[in-house]
Amino acid sequence: MQVYLPIAEMTVNALLILGMGGLVGFLSGMFGVGGGFLMTPLLIFIGVPPAVAVGTQANQLVAASVSGVMAHWRRGNVDVKLGSVMLAGSIVGTVIGIWLFNLLQRLGQIDLVIQLSYVIFLGLISSLMLTESVRAMVRRRRGRSAREKGPQRAWQQALPFKMRFEKSRLYISVLVPAAIGALGGLLVAIMGIGGGFFLVPAMIYLLGMPVSMVAGTSLYQIIFTTAVATLLHAYQNQTVDVFLAILLLAGGVIGAQFGTRSAGVLRGEQARALLAVLVLGVCLKMAVDLLTPPADVYSIEMLARNAAVGESP
Amino acid sequence: MRPGAWLRIVLLAGMLSAGAGRGAGAQALVADLSEHLIAISTAFTGTEVVLFGSIEPPGDVVVVVRGPPDAVVVRRKAPTAGIWINEASMTFADVPSFYGVASNRPVREFASEAALERHNIGLDSLRLDAVAPEQYNPEQIAAFRAGLIRNMQEQGVYGADIGRVAFLGDRLFRTTLSFPANVPTGQFIVSVLLFRNGEVVAAQTTPLFVSKIGLGAEVFTFAVRHGAAYGAIAIVLAVASGWLASVIFRRG
Repeated sequence: MQVYLPIAEMTVNALLILGMGGLVGFLSGMFGVGGGFLMTPLLIFIGVPPAVAVGTQANQLVAASVSGVMAHWRRGNVDVKLGSVMLAGSIVGTVIGIWLFNLLQRLGQIDLVIQLSYVIFLGLISSLMLTESVRAMVRRRRGRSAREKGPQRAWQQALPFKMRFEKSRLYISVLVPAAIGALGGLLVAIMGIGGGFFLVPAMIYLLGMPVSMVAGTSLYQIIFTTAVATLLHAYQNQTVDVFLAILLLAGGVIGAQFGTRSAGVLRGEQARALLAVLVLGVCLKMAVDLLTPPADVYSIEMLARNAAVGESP
Repeated sequence: MRPGAWLRIVLLAGMLSAGAGRGAGAQALVADLSEHLIAISTAFTGTEVVLFGSIEPPGDVVVVVRGPPDAVVVRRKAPTAGIWINEASMTFADVPSFYGVASNRPVREFASEAALERHNIGLDSLRLDAVAPEQYNPEQIAAFRAGLIRNMQEQGVYGADIGRVAFLGDRLFRTTLSFPANVPTGQFIVSVLLFRNGEVVAAQTTPLFVSKIGLGAEVFTFAVRHGAAYGAIAIVLAVASGWLASVIFRRG
């Protein structure tokens, strides 16, 4: 079934897009990550212009996160108070990120920076997660207590503006979650992803949140961050394709429901190990792309295509 | 193509041949398209347009199709510390967004080099002007130009061979021009040239409009003119469908 996408200006197979949305949605519901880091490269791979892939992706992440957060909400796994503190930081990060994005675009190096950030962030986070989750699995096998001891967070105790987050049983400075949110927002603006792959481990390792609360709370925060990103992309660049987004989110919301249900099947460290392997795979693919000679060293970019609006005989 | 269009071709071809038969007073070249509008609807997967006409023999016919011009930036990557980075760029102005040539036999068999050059026939002769050429040497411009053409061919919008002109007898000719799904929108120029003794003796140009229609066109126009409202609608749509899905699944 072929469908013409008016903003991407190309024809795609609707079933392929539905399937991609479903797969990424499943992972999104399962791990509490938005899946943008998978979907954006997939869309570019099938020929969607990178700018449209990023803009549309932000839109589809809104739907996937709403759908995902509802299921967590019903189980009481969303810490709205902590999520809102993170959100405040994330909006600041998004604004700074958009400014940086424009600067890099003027310098003509935005593609390189996007690819390098993917490699660095995904590589760093996946190796951290992989080591930790493998260690946790080994501990469990040896029959020791599965109860993880949080890392030393003495430095955090010294920070001011402490607040009590009853739901997560934390008494911490608001500066830490706000800073995590800000870095997440920066990633949304520059890399065109929800940032879940960064938020989830940061919330576990830096905040010491209960693992059960992490997915719901990060999804709650991602809804608003991606909504802001959608608005900015639609307004500034006209790169949000609603037809593509509807197809992706139709597949995505269904996949996310199954994913959320499967989340209970895996133990925390198993889920994290799987996610780490997935993230590492994307990271390696990006690194290889940067290091191997391209098929054609010349590439083109059309300018001023929007001039064709409203032209008719 | 619509059955009505075929009827039109047959009738017009008949009239053209009758007119051409009247002798010396007739035009040396007459041509028209079966359709002057390519409508891109949501189910668009590419299309074909029939070009037909009549000549005063003898002669060879070349058809050149050019899409609306755009400025294009061509970038070249080079390895820096092992990483492939865009290190140089060149902008070309007025690059046809679509380009194709059709002829009744290979153009080099009947057209002079000068005529090919003058009428932009073939990818080698296509005029592509770099912006601020004084900054580069001729070899650099040639390499970027070749890179530009290669990328356009890769996208399927440049073809040296868009179709074949077939003669029915020695006066009537027709050709089928094919356009891919990613055809750019705007006003195309279809030029039909009649060659005799290596030079162009008659020419005719016909406009061809490629335009989005229906829901897709309205969405596109709205997105460009009212970006903020479009973005807000996109968000509402996403929130509603995400919520709807979770409600459906809770009951299911």
